[in-house]
Amino acid sequence: MISDLDKKIVSYFQGDIPLTLTPYEDLAREIGITEEELLDRLAALETKGVLRRVGALLAHYRAGYSSNGMCAWRVPLDRVEEAGRIMASFPQASHVYQRPVYSDWPFNLFSMLHGTNREEVEGVAREMSKRTGISDYTILYSTREFKKAGMRYY
Amino acid sequence: MAVEREYELSPLDRIILNLIQKEFPLHHRPFQALAELAGCTEEEALESVKALREKGIIRRVGAVFDSQKLGFVSTLVALQAVPEKLEEIAVRVSALAGVTHNYQRDHAFNLWFTLTCQTQEELFRTLAEMETLPGVVKLRSLPALRLFKIGVYFKL
Repeated sequence: MISDLDKKIVSYFQGDIPLTLTPYEDLAREIGITEEELLDRLAALETKGVLRRVGALLAHYRAGYSSNGMCAWRVPLDRVEEAGRIMASFPQASHVYQRPVYSDWPFNLFSMLHGTNREEVEGVAREMSKRTGISDYTILYSTREFKKAGMRYY
Repeated sequence: MAVEREYELSPLDRIILNLIQKEFPLHHRPFQALAELAGCTEEEALESVKALREKGIIRRVGAVFDSQKLGFVSTLVALQAVPEKLEEIAVRVSALAGVTHNYQRDHAFNLWFTLTCQTQEELFRTLAEMETLPGVVKLRSLPALRLFKIGVYFKL
């Protein structure tokens, strides 16, 4: 279970942390614990896998990666494992997930691909196809962003 | 969504972005730790990150949590909306706190969003309500069955 202190820590770290020379010290003071306690809790949450990382999230299109395609693959179940691992090894893929299928949605493996333009994204997909042997796929491009925000848990 | 890059990244910016995407050090003086890796001063590291944040190249410096390990449930939703209602539906969907990513895509399923809820019941109820919105043809819930990779890293 998540303790009240951990919830409080999550609430301070789910948004922007202060860009000062001593952000952890500053946040610890606000939370009402010592910096050492805060760093210990964060390390413990990281060990438990609750905290993936503290880091910077980029607006990738502003950093030059203006094209992102959601590539959806139709993979026989006994080949999902292998194909998923191969796709995950591509640096251009940020997210690789297996998801369920429906009669009107037959694609069960997803890889989010990033490039400076669509040709680059399509090139990555072709290379993935060649390496995995999966040829049935489709790339869905986003044409409009309605929302992109971090989750606020507490 | 081709937004022009209006800020020229300096060599130091690139080094720092490549480092800080992976990890912002859990350290009393994190910018000092970054500076040592980047080969600059602590102040230069701080100023670079502040400028990149102000220019919007860095969207956020903070923590990324595993929602499942926090006890939350989430899914990816593929929704088909009649085109003339799509925007109205998208705005209603975006208004939900549990929706973090919401995109129009070039497919019969023309709206794709992620939904995170406290419980499975709340998630089902939310999806059932969405399904009844005027203009929604159908929706499909595509929760992750297996995670092979999550790691947004852009080499700069």
